[in-house]
Amino acid sequence: MSEGGAFSRPGARFDRILGAVVWLAAGGIAAVLIWITGDTLQRGLSEVDIAFLTTEPTDAGRRGGIVSVVVSTLMILAVTLTAAVPLALGTAVFLADVSARWSAAAAVVRWSLDVLAAVPSIVFGLFGNALFCVVLGLGYSILSGGLTLACMVLPVMIRTAEQALRSVPAELRMNAAALGLRRTARLWHIEFPAAVPGMAAGLVLGIGRALAETAALIFTAGYATRMPTSVMDSGRALSVHVYELAMNVPMGDRRAAATATILMILVLCITSAASSLLHRRRIFRRSEA
Amino acid sequence: MIRTESLSVRYGSRTVVRDVSLRLRCGRITAIVGPSGCGKTSFLLALNRMIDLVPGAAVAGRVLFQDVDVFDRRNSIAELRRRVGMIFQKPVPFPLSIRANIQLGLKEHGVRNRRDREAMMEQVLRDVGLWDEVSDRLDCLATKLSGGQQQRLCLARALALDPDVLLLDEPCSALDPVAAACVEKLITELSRNRAIAIVTHNLAQARRIADDLAVFWVRDGSGTVIAQGTAEEIFSRPPCPTVSDYLSGRTG
Amino acid sequence: MTAAAISTVTLFVVVLFLIREAFPALTSPGLHRFLTDESWHPLSNRFRMTPMAAATAATTLGALVLAVPVGVASAVFVRFYAPAAAGRAFRGLLELMAGIPSVVFGLWGLLVLVPLLAGHGHSGQHLLAAICVLALMILPVVALSAAAALNAVPESLLVAAAALGLSRPSVALRIALPAARRGIAAGILLALSRALGETMAVVMVAGNVVQFPDSLTRPVRTLTGNLALELGYAGPAHRSVLFASALMLMLAAAVSVSLARVVEGRPDE
Repeated sequence: MSEGGAFSRPGARFDRILGAVVWLAAGGIAAVLIWITGDTLQRGLSEVDIAFLTTEPTDAGRRGGIVSVVVSTLMILAVTLTAAVPLALGTAVFLADVSARWSAAAAVVRWSLDVLAAVPSIVFGLFGNALFCVVLGLGYSILSGGLTLACMVLPVMIRTAEQALRSVPAELRMNAAALGLRRTARLWHIEFPAAVPGMAAGLVLGIGRALAETAALIFTAGYATRMPTSVMDSGRALSVHVYELAMNVPMGDRRAAATATILMILVLCITSAASSLLHRRRIFRRSEA
Repeated sequence: MIRTESLSVRYGSRTVVRDVSLRLRCGRITAIVGPSGCGKTSFLLALNRMIDLVPGAAVAGRVLFQDVDVFDRRNSIAELRRRVGMIFQKPVPFPLSIRANIQLGLKEHGVRNRRDREAMMEQVLRDVGLWDEVSDRLDCLATKLSGGQQQRLCLARALALDPDVLLLDEPCSALDPVAAACVEKLITELSRNRAIAIVTHNLAQARRIADDLAVFWVRDGSGTVIAQGTAEEIFSRPPCPTVSDYLSGRTG
Repeated sequence: MTAAAISTVTLFVVVLFLIREAFPALTSPGLHRFLTDESWHPLSNRFRMTPMAAATAATTLGALVLAVPVGVASAVFVRFYAPAAAGRAFRGLLELMAGIPSVVFGLWGLLVLVPLLAGHGHSGQHLLAAICVLALMILPVVALSAAAALNAVPESLLVAAAALGLSRPSVALRIALPAARRGIAAGILLALSRALGETMAVVMVAGNVVQFPDSLTRPVRTLTGNLALELGYAGPAHRSVLFASALMLMLAAAVSVSLARVVEGRPDE
């Protein structure tokens, strides 16, 4: 009550210091991110042209292009999605719509998915090698690689799809039930349409994860660079190509950077697609509330 | 102690409080009553500039605390809020220990000595009648207390900073009747050496504890004061039919 | 229902196969050999794993030490200091960063960071390089989960703190961070499991020499890196030992993610 009525300003200096610290942290992260992407793009873009995208690699990848690698990558992705999407949808429906009787089972499923999500990808690689390549006799093949990746991306797909289904307003569900709709009709006509953006986001996130993966593929899909003719052929994914060029091919840097550029552009497009889908869903929820 | 001069509050283009001139005096409890949505809470928020935290809110007119304009840029908001404390409808204990809840503000406002802080904590906990209930578990989580205890803790937390003005926004409405009575009694005691403003929907409560009364009402789409004066005067001789209908429970 | 069962069974199949493949190593050379053998020379049946386990621990902890303060600080930035547009943009940036493939981080580390860190008597492919690259990779995990946890702190708490006259740093550090501690800790544990399991980026910058990480400029090989480097040519006994180490990695990841869920206090929601 002193100080002649005008109030002092304690804390203002500390505010400035903390402000500086957090701006610095965020600015530093942004700078490093720009450094990494910028540097890779700068090294890689000069190497990328139509020929690079349309010819097969020669001289261990030092010359030629990456078309067979791109095709292998797409085939691996196709296998992964074919195996993972139905499983993920089914599990998500189960988790989102479980009755109390099954809640213990749901807890087990969730826990196992959490653990599965945390398993190092190289461990998936070993597992895939043991199960698909050796025991099932598929050898180093696109099928082995795709199935291994399917196990890997299951958790993220299920989680996002489950959240999308859960975010369908409960009143909608109740009203549909009150009209006497059966559970399948409810799912098909009410819940799936409302949850489509969120489930699409899960799908896209899964694709991003699969595209970015290297370690799980080395010992399952292998690293043959010739054009695959069937899913039983070995095929090298983009990320594996980057790794091989950078580590095992002398003077492979430039081609590694070029491939990394393509890979990064793909993954960045996919990530931003996912986040815009998720964002849309959030706005939808807010306006509903 | 604190007074407003033609204070208005706008949210975007909507004026929720228009042209309120009111005075809170030391040693007196001013009850602010009126129907829902007539700007009572917005008015209260303007007094210690909590309104700054509401996005899109703008204030016109003046709030003078001990003859200093609180919206003057040179003045510290932190110091203003220390001296003009506020209690909310729902008790908000921090998810920390009881001790930390009280001492946080003291530390912030420059009580460096630990023993001083401990002494002040014991004092305010005694003031709100909580000391005997919690002195043996000061390091337990404050969120584990009952609703009435939580609200008294929040009062103690504000009292520890020795505020000159206390703003109470329906402090009893989320409590059970016994806890409410306890908090109400406390408010009466606390008014001896400070100014208190209490927003309440409970007219019986206003009649019991208020020295002064201000009746808010919606006029032309925004809230304003339609009657003010001592509680006794307004309850016994309402200045207009609207007020008398409201105070007798026929409207609002 | 069936799908859920299959998804769950996936985990158990993974564990089963790891155990199946690791079984010979767990019984005949025996687990203790991983600790007591004099060196890691798998071709001559010497299986000392401690240097690589230590390298994994060192890279993981080092990355956490770098990433946690910066990540949490940037979350405070998003919640308390950033103008709304900047906060949104920064969050988008973090999401992009989380999506960058690990080989791209590795390539950047190899081509840019390693030459920068090279010095007298070492090439720049060493423990410190691995720590830096790993830290960058787990930063988005720490930052995004901390930002989410801070966002979940009820507004009423922050308003009550402001009403006590607490300044912005006090509200952020003394109220919001403690209130969000569970979420932040869970995020850190997730980041830990990510760092434990990262393989390719580490292989590309760590130097991959099997030795104890007793200095920041020492080339090291992590357990995951070892799997990527050796499975390709491993004979039966060697292969089994590698699977045993994969099993241990998986256990560590399972423990840390289960801990994260417990800490978060949300086992089922």
